[in-house]
Amino acid sequence: MTDAPLVQVTGLRRVFDVSKPWLDRVVAREPRQTLKAVDGVSFEIRRGETFALVGESGSGKSTVARMVVGLLPPSAGEVVIDGVSMTDRKDAARRARLRRRIQMIFQDPYASLDPRWRVGDIVAEPIRAFNLARDRREVEHRVGEGLKLVGLDPADARKFPHEFSGGQRQRIAIARALAAESDFIVCDEPTSALDVSVQAQILNLMRDLQDRLGLTYLLISHNLAVVRHMATTIGVMYLGRLVEVSPARDVFAAPRHPYTRMLLDAVPDLAMSGRPRTPVQGEIPNPIAPPSGCTFHPRCGLADERCRREAPATIEGVACHAVAEGRAGAARPARAAGG
Amino acid sequence: MTQPVLSVRDLKVDFVTRRGTLKALDGVSFDIARGEVLGVVGESGAGKSVTGAAVIGLIEPPGRISGGEILLGGQRIDDLPPAAMRRIRGRRIGMVFQDPLTSLNPLYRVGDQIVETILTHLPVGRAEARRRAIDLLKEVGIPAAERRIDGYPHEFSGGMRQRVVLALALCAEPELVIADEPTTALDVSVQAQIIGLIKRLCAERGTAVMLITHDMGVIAETADRVAVMYAGRVAEIGPVRDVVKRPFHPYSRGLMGSIPTLEGTADRLVQIPGSMPRLAAIPSGCAFHTRCPHAFAQCWLERPEPMEHEGHRVACFLYEPGMESARARADRIPADSPPVPTEEAKP
Repeated sequence: MTDAPLVQVTGLRRVFDVSKPWLDRVVAREPRQTLKAVDGVSFEIRRGETFALVGESGSGKSTVARMVVGLLPPSAGEVVIDGVSMTDRKDAARRARLRRRIQMIFQDPYASLDPRWRVGDIVAEPIRAFNLARDRREVEHRVGEGLKLVGLDPADARKFPHEFSGGQRQRIAIARALAAESDFIVCDEPTSALDVSVQAQILNLMRDLQDRLGLTYLLISHNLAVVRHMATTIGVMYLGRLVEVSPARDVFAAPRHPYTRMLLDAVPDLAMSGRPRTPVQGEIPNPIAPPSGCTFHPRCGLADERCRREAPATIEGVACHAVAEGRAGAARPARAAGG
Repeated sequence: MTQPVLSVRDLKVDFVTRRGTLKALDGVSFDIARGEVLGVVGESGAGKSVTGAAVIGLIEPPGRISGGEILLGGQRIDDLPPAAMRRIRGRRIGMVFQDPLTSLNPLYRVGDQIVETILTHLPVGRAEARRRAIDLLKEVGIPAAERRIDGYPHEFSGGMRQRVVLALALCAEPELVIADEPTTALDVSVQAQIIGLIKRLCAERGTAVMLITHDMGVIAETADRVAVMYAGRVAEIGPVRDVVKRPFHPYSRGLMGSIPTLEGTADRLVQIPGSMPRLAAIPSGCAFHTRCPHAFAQCWLERPEPMEHEGHRVACFLYEPGMESARARADRIPADSPPVPTEEAKP
């Protein structure tokens, strides 16, 4: 195992054109409208780690995930996985070999599995696509192994997805993702469509598989408690920008960016520790017309003239003028341990 | 004891289908007192939303209330004719649903929808109704309410819409508000605001609240008491602090342990083996026995009735008088142990 990060994302940016149709625009004399879904996002993921992206809806976390796996071309910036650029046109041959090692698990297991395919075919698809087995028997064998790995019965290969519950379907999706012996898995809200007791089963399974197979995860979630349970490093997104990247432990013990603090304060407190919390202010603004300067300034208690004017650069993992100028105060512990 | 605002007694709801009668609710009982927030939690299929729909008389065929009774302020409401029920809905029971867009008519200004509800239920004039609507919108935290009252629902953000829906639920000064997953469609930062609002407004008015959600955190934050539902039955009901910190029923224990927390002390989450049974295949006896690490012969045969235990009502034979030693034994078994194999426990 080398020390170089498995995934390196630099200056990733994605702009969507959300203009009205051409004629409407001409008649109403309106300019083109664009939405910056992701703007200047950089991070790296080390081997065997879980990097989590958290944020509220519209913060651009799913767009980042789709660009990392190559489902969506970025408008600018670069994704490098294991030394191979995913965005450079020239690297096509090496990229094709790399593809096998990158898989994705989606949020809704009711939508991500084809209802007309048998589970065996769903799991075998990557094996066939990458020519990983010599004959049909070997494909079947591998499918059976894969299903056993996620806690299902090899005999389940003959069934259709509708015969399974939500949690079992998500297990099938995981078996499919692992079938091509991939080692980098992008999970986009893997448990948010599931009940809590089933969520616990899937999260435990994901951690067990990571320990056994040395997987690297990019986990997208809006649920901070899930992230806390899974992640080694956390990136907090707000309106397309990465506002804080810190080791998971630090994010929860001493959040630095004012938005991270607000987000932690907003999570309902199951421990009922009676810990004092600042009430949350306002809502995410419209991403088509984001606020000037630091996009968080209208909701931030520490905002001053400079925050309204210029966007903060990322310094030591935090993009905030107040933190850089030492105005944010000591990072306070969000929650006393135990509660 | 004063009379509870809502009293549900042994409520049963059936859905008649081609493949037989499905019991969505099977003997559900609880009370909600004035100014109290009762949280109803459970996983999908536990019967939480059906309970809410039964109370407001919105069970659609093929579903039907097949037994038990629902009392609102001492008056029976489950057998009222539709016209009489319509007068109660909105007037005496307010409703907040998950998706604020489906509760608001997109073609009417939000103010008109509130004014119309006030005029329908309260003996006031149009000018007075509008004045009240503005006051309400201010109270639920809509900035510039005088201007926003003439806006259409699409001009409001998700959180603001849910505030409008809350104003709509409260405008006829109901005794009871049923909130079915009121914050599920919202982001956490907005969710916290809405929870705070529901709690404050209902406490001020002495409105009883039935808060239905799958999110234990929301319950811990808001509710006074909590009912844990499983397969159409109430497994456990008790003060929220006790149920969250020291649950009794084996299902509630597994459920609480399976929730990842921000404290994140546990390395592994508790996982209850298996999943919620389908309505067509609810196990005999105690519905949880197939997943329970403590099940014994009686659990296969008989259904446990809720019994008082240290201020909770628990539907589990372990809490019957005389079961102290079995209980002590069960306390030593981790909540995520595999269920007792059929051969061993079967009579």
